Amino acid sequence: MPLRTRTLSIFRPRKPVDQSVLAENRALVDDINRRNVLRGAVSLGALALLTGCDVSENDSVQKALRAVSSWNDRVQAAIFRPNHLAPTFSAAAVVKPPRFNAYYDIEDVKPVDGATWTLQLAGRIEDKRPWTAQQIYGLPEQELIIRHICVEGWDYIGQWSGPNLRDFLQRIGADLTAKYVYFICADDFIESIDMATALHPQTILATKYANDIIADPFGYPLRLRTSTKLGYKNAKWIKAIEVSNDFRETFWSKQGFNWFAGI
Amino acid sequence: MSTPAVKSTARNEHRLHPLPARIMHWINVAAIFIMIGSGWKIYDDDVIFGWLHFPDSIVIGKWAQYGLQWHFFGMWIFVINGLVYLTYGIATGRFRQKLFPLSVSEILATVGDALRFRLAHDDLTHYNAVQKLLYLGIMAIGILIVLSGLALWKPVQFSELAALFYNFQTTRLIHFLCMAAIVVFLLVHVALALLVPQSLLAMLTGGPVVDDKPGRAVEPAVEIEATH
Repeated sequence: MPLRTRTLSIFRPRKPVDQSVLAENRALVDDINRRNVLRGAVSLGALALLTGCDVSENDSVQKALRAVSSWNDRVQAAIFRPNHLAPTFSAAAVVKPPRFNAYYDIEDVKPVDGATWTLQLAGRIEDKRPWTAQQIYGLPEQELIIRHICVEGWDYIGQWSGPNLRDFLQRIGADLTAKYVYFICADDFIESIDMATALHPQTILATKYANDIIADPFGYPLRLRTSTKLGYKNAKWIKAIEVSNDFRETFWSKQGFNWFAGI
Repeated sequence: MSTPAVKSTARNEHRLHPLPARIMHWINVAAIFIMIGSGWKIYDDDVIFGWLHFPDSIVIGKWAQYGLQWHFFGMWIFVINGLVYLTYGIATGRFRQKLFPLSVSEILATVGDALRFRLAHDDLTHYNAVQKLLYLGIMAIGILIVLSGLALWKPVQFSELAALFYNFQTTRLIHFLCMAAIVVFLLVHVALALLVPQSLLAMLTGGPVVDDKPGRAVEPAVEIEATH
């Protein structure tokens, strides 16, 4: 920048102030101005927010937060309306293909071989004979065109069909007064739902999406689809179902996500 | 400039901000702080606006589940405290006394005064029309953010309520806009409290002693020069 020479006041020194220092340190000055002050202010805010180091990870804080989460499980069970139906939609609203989500990327999905696959049964069930895909696919189907809501915040309308879970549990002689139904999956995933949700009229063992057999990334040959839970409770690639009165932490609840996850 | 007339012998219920109001105000500060910070973390997992992503350094919860845990913990504090506050404000007549009557002409006159820098703060115990409108407005926003939050939490169990917000994404948007409105309110609210420190002090100590009925100061009110 050229120095001003025209309107020098009498109070100004004859020789202009040496500005080379400024020029030499321009980068530093800019750096202080633009970034550090901003960063400093933000950090100060962050410090105030106590997030500089996340207090959530502190053992006693995490214990307290999880206790509240368990309390929220009980509240959700109490306000659950067993026969209240979720809104359904027309086939025109269905998104194809469905949106993929798992604890790994879609490229890492390990397809299940339907020819050798069987559904194992365990726990409080009278008839524990395993089921083949052929047998399951031969059961009467129920269709659900419902909204899938992910805990992350996105949603889409999906069209799922397959045997009603309540009918299936009755067919195998499951104890319908038991508390939980567990789904053990081929990808080392385990989720469980409360019995009230398992018996809800819009809870199915889905075998098809938009009238076609479910594609590998979305749970072939068998997955859970219920209208009253967040996406992550809808187990895919189910290989065993267990009915139990014992509560065990599941894949996502172990990591601190809410277990009930009702919507 | 005199200091606020605070006498330890004065009874709390006769103060500008009675003790219950002050306790609930500061509980609300903590609840809002938790809800906004954790809400930003939840927002970041699936942003509504591509250009807006809250930096990790200003959100509450390092991971998604922590943000969710804080949010569904904070909601109890915010809702219970808010319900008690609304009940208290209505039952004691505090809202009626402080926030009403409110007329459109008075609001316009106050806005005019503000634009001409003629707003008087000589009496802490009296809210001008714009203050009344803002306090009523922020309470309405508080109710709306809880209702939209309930619709997001339980779109199936409360499907009747959720239907009022159209669909899931519009509910998220409304919930977000309520948060934005609260943030803007907080910026103005905190800035004004700092400009008129007596008002901040009053929310800590209770402020001047007031006569119950007219809601005006009995003891000499705090005098603040109207230098804007």
